[in-house]
Amino acid sequence: MQRVGVFVCWCGSNIAGTVDVAAVAEALKNEPGVVFSTDYQYMCSQAGQDIIKNAIAEHNLTGIVVCSCSPRMHEATFRKTAAAAGLNPYMVEIANIREQCSWVHKDMLTGTEKAIILGKAAVAKVNLNTPLTPGESPVTKRALVIGGGIAGIQTALDIADAGFPVDIVEKQPTIGGKMAQLDKTFPTLDCAACILTPKMVDVAQNEKIRIFSYSEVEEVGGFVGNFDVKIKKKARFVKEDICTGCGACVEKCPMKKNPNEFNLGMDNRPAIYIPFAQAVPKVATIDPNACNMLKNGKCGLCARICAAGAIDYTQKDEIIEEKYGAIVVATGFNPISMEKFDEFAYNQSKDVITSLEFERLTNAAGPSAGKLIRPSDGKHPHTIVFVQCVGSRCDACAEKGKEYCSKICCMYTAKHAMLTRDKYPDTEVYVFYIDVRTPGKNFDEFYRRAVEEFGVKYIKGMVGKVTPEGDKLKVQASDLLSNKQLHIDADLVVLAAAIEPDKSARPLATMLTASMDTNDFFTEAHPKLRPVESPTAGVFLSGACQGPKDIPETVSQAGAAASKVIGLLAKDKLTGNPCIASSNELMCNGCSSCERVCPYGAITYVDKEFRMPDRTTKIRRVASVNPAVCQGCGACTVACPSGAMDLKGFANSQIIAEVDAICK
Amino acid sequence: MNKNFIQEEILRSSGVNPKKCMKCGKCSATCPAYDEMEYHPHQFVSMVESGDIEPLLSSESLYKCLSCFACIDRCPRGVQPAKLVEAVRLAVIRQQDKNHLTANDIPKLLDDETPQQLIVSAFRKYTK
Amino acid sequence: MQVKEYKPLIVAFCCNWCSYAGADLAGNNRLSYPADVKIIRVPCSCRVNPMFILRAFQRGADGVIICGCHPGDCHYTSGNYYTRRRMAALFSMLDFLGIEKERTRVEWVSAAEGAKFAATMNEFAETVASLGENKRLEDLRCKR
Repeated sequence: MQRVGVFVCWCGSNIAGTVDVAAVAEALKNEPGVVFSTDYQYMCSQAGQDIIKNAIAEHNLTGIVVCSCSPRMHEATFRKTAAAAGLNPYMVEIANIREQCSWVHKDMLTGTEKAIILGKAAVAKVNLNTPLTPGESPVTKRALVIGGGIAGIQTALDIADAGFPVDIVEKQPTIGGKMAQLDKTFPTLDCAACILTPKMVDVAQNEKIRIFSYSEVEEVGGFVGNFDVKIKKKARFVKEDICTGCGACVEKCPMKKNPNEFNLGMDNRPAIYIPFAQAVPKVATIDPNACNMLKNGKCGLCARICAAGAIDYTQKDEIIEEKYGAIVVATGFNPISMEKFDEFAYNQSKDVITSLEFERLTNAAGPSAGKLIRPSDGKHPHTIVFVQCVGSRCDACAEKGKEYCSKICCMYTAKHAMLTRDKYPDTEVYVFYIDVRTPGKNFDEFYRRAVEEFGVKYIKGMVGKVTPEGDKLKVQASDLLSNKQLHIDADLVVLAAAIEPDKSARPLATMLTASMDTNDFFTEAHPKLRPVESPTAGVFLSGACQGPKDIPETVSQAGAAASKVIGLLAKDKLTGNPCIASSNELMCNGCSSCERVCPYGAITYVDKEFRMPDRTTKIRRVASVNPAVCQGCGACTVACPSGAMDLKGFANSQIIAEVDAICK
Repeated sequence: MNKNFIQEEILRSSGVNPKKCMKCGKCSATCPAYDEMEYHPHQFVSMVESGDIEPLLSSESLYKCLSCFACIDRCPRGVQPAKLVEAVRLAVIRQQDKNHLTANDIPKLLDDETPQQLIVSAFRKYTK
Repeated sequence: MQVKEYKPLIVAFCCNWCSYAGADLAGNNRLSYPADVKIIRVPCSCRVNPMFILRAFQRGADGVIICGCHPGDCHYTSGNYYTRRRMAALFSMLDFLGIEKERTRVEWVSAAEGAKFAATMNEFAETVASLGENKRLEDLRCKR
């Protein structure tokens, strides 16, 4: 039997004004287990806490009930008080007689009556409380960043800056991501490479950071603080540590006609290639689908040319196993495919391009060396039509496109239009828009400048049809404000394609048991207050994998994710919430109901040996809860058909005791 | 017939929800009969939405629509303007105060050539 | 014989993160609701076992209400979806047990919706009061 102490707080007149505190203390004296009961003006004050401490010592209390304000307010305070007096902090229960009693009821009689019942419920519960100790688990002081774009780079740099080792896994041969492909960045128009490549070099030179390029995460196990990750390092047929990146092999390779991914297939690259001049790591990679040596065993030119002897045609995929304390997802985005949008003739004409392709066309390192030309005939385009919201803001039931606003298109289209007018004043530039959305520092000013200073023709309306005719593109569009249908003979049409999460995100989310929305963007733990954490403990989100984002937002989120990771890795041990589920193995029948409802994947099944009454042993499959992963929601307790699963601190018996106390 | 009733009738018979429209104008951009029309596809949608249906009922535009359904195909929001046009046409017919086809007319229309489906739909369309 | 005035007894299960905080907010704003409502704190609305509800009815509760975070806002990602399904299943059987469906309810109350909490409780208490005393599920075992 517990020895319960009851402490009724007046909270000045906040409680005492509507509740007869002395009567409450008196009434609760007769409850089972209660050996001491008192009231005081301010229980949370030092003097009030001393009363509790003394009573614990004097009356040898094993549990206490504080009738006071909301547990959300002072539960932590009174738990500390109990702990200071040598009592397990989870032997404290709060009866909320302020927010949920004295403040909502005006009448002394009803207030007192209700306070007594709430007190009785708390006493009934504390009688069944058991001392709880939070579980502890060690923290592996190493972070994994999945994705090497600007989000991953910034997160890795910030974590490394705090002194923790970081590994970046990037599936491409180089880090840099989408930002490396961009030309200029809005709204300041500094060149993307000029601000990104120094960061890439920082990553390469930082001794705390390891880069696994041309690699993918294969398997994730474990839990917060103790993830076990298998990383597949794909064979690049070049020894990374020996290759100097001189590029001699790239020049000599005879298999030159392979679409260059980095330039979105607008020009060609050899079978052995370095994606771009500032690639990190600057190491050649052989495309096994293009290399004649790997396909047919004939050639071997690059191996002969390589002075360092870095070429290795026998290289195999390699699996690296590593332990991590935290994982940051930074898998980024891709423009959606334009295949289904046949009204824009993307598949029919080379001169209908996406905005990312336009970026490459205007980039000095791009296929046209920065000269804006028509991809079909290399001529200078005189009339350019930009179409916004291609595939964004579509109906949920539509066969093509996405429901959300892709957020970055308005600004980059304004940038493209402005830069075109700046560099080639003889071009006519039309932008067809539905709405121009420019919330952001200096964003709207930027867009207004494109219109007012650079003479970009913004037209409220949409392009309905693009028809290639001769060397022109006939554009049929609506101008809603002047209520006209326009017919424009354009030389180049640029589509602001919607963006979507990278295809690798979904299988990754499954591996991490991190949740995603219907669009495959990762879900944050709280949309406002925990925007860089996944609901899965130890998994953090950085960049466009969480939702469409521009570079400044991505970088700030990357820093925020890093600070959360640092906060986690700085701990030597993780103390969990002790109010977690646990299974009574003798009752568990191994049905898997709990495993299916657990949102965290905290429940696994183990085969355990049980001694039977006849002294034989039997192996049975029973549920086992991982205390470091369980968050204590209790979904499993209700799903369990045999009642084996229970939640510590909110046990079935405790809640039923409360129900009974209230209904008495 | 009051205005609201017609509006409801049009929305019901077309199955279109004009509130889904985000006013992008792609229907009008795509319409091959645009220049013939007094009221353009995007105006159709917003006029029906606001209940401003009188002018539509008496407009020639109604019969300029070729029912090519390009607007239905391309509308990013799935609004289906052409179905609205068709529904307004129907509303005009139903407003003309008599049954254009009665059950008694049916037998003499039946022959081996005409699909029954056609007669059924004509009966639906031309009967109040 | 003195006729005791009938006051409904209502048990409210509130999830710790949204609805319990919403109830606190109602208190902070001094929004009144009947004292007949007694709140039990649970970590998540999905912790509420249908057995608890039946137990409450057995023991003489006149109404039971379960409050959780709005769908999509659950602190534990998906707990309230379980609640919604489980309670839909339970409620559909209540008539069979002889308990009016109106005596139970699931409501979504966020931590910012103190006013909604008070309004919901007022309205629910009224509904339950109009149904009268609940006597039907008190079996012999649970007789007071």
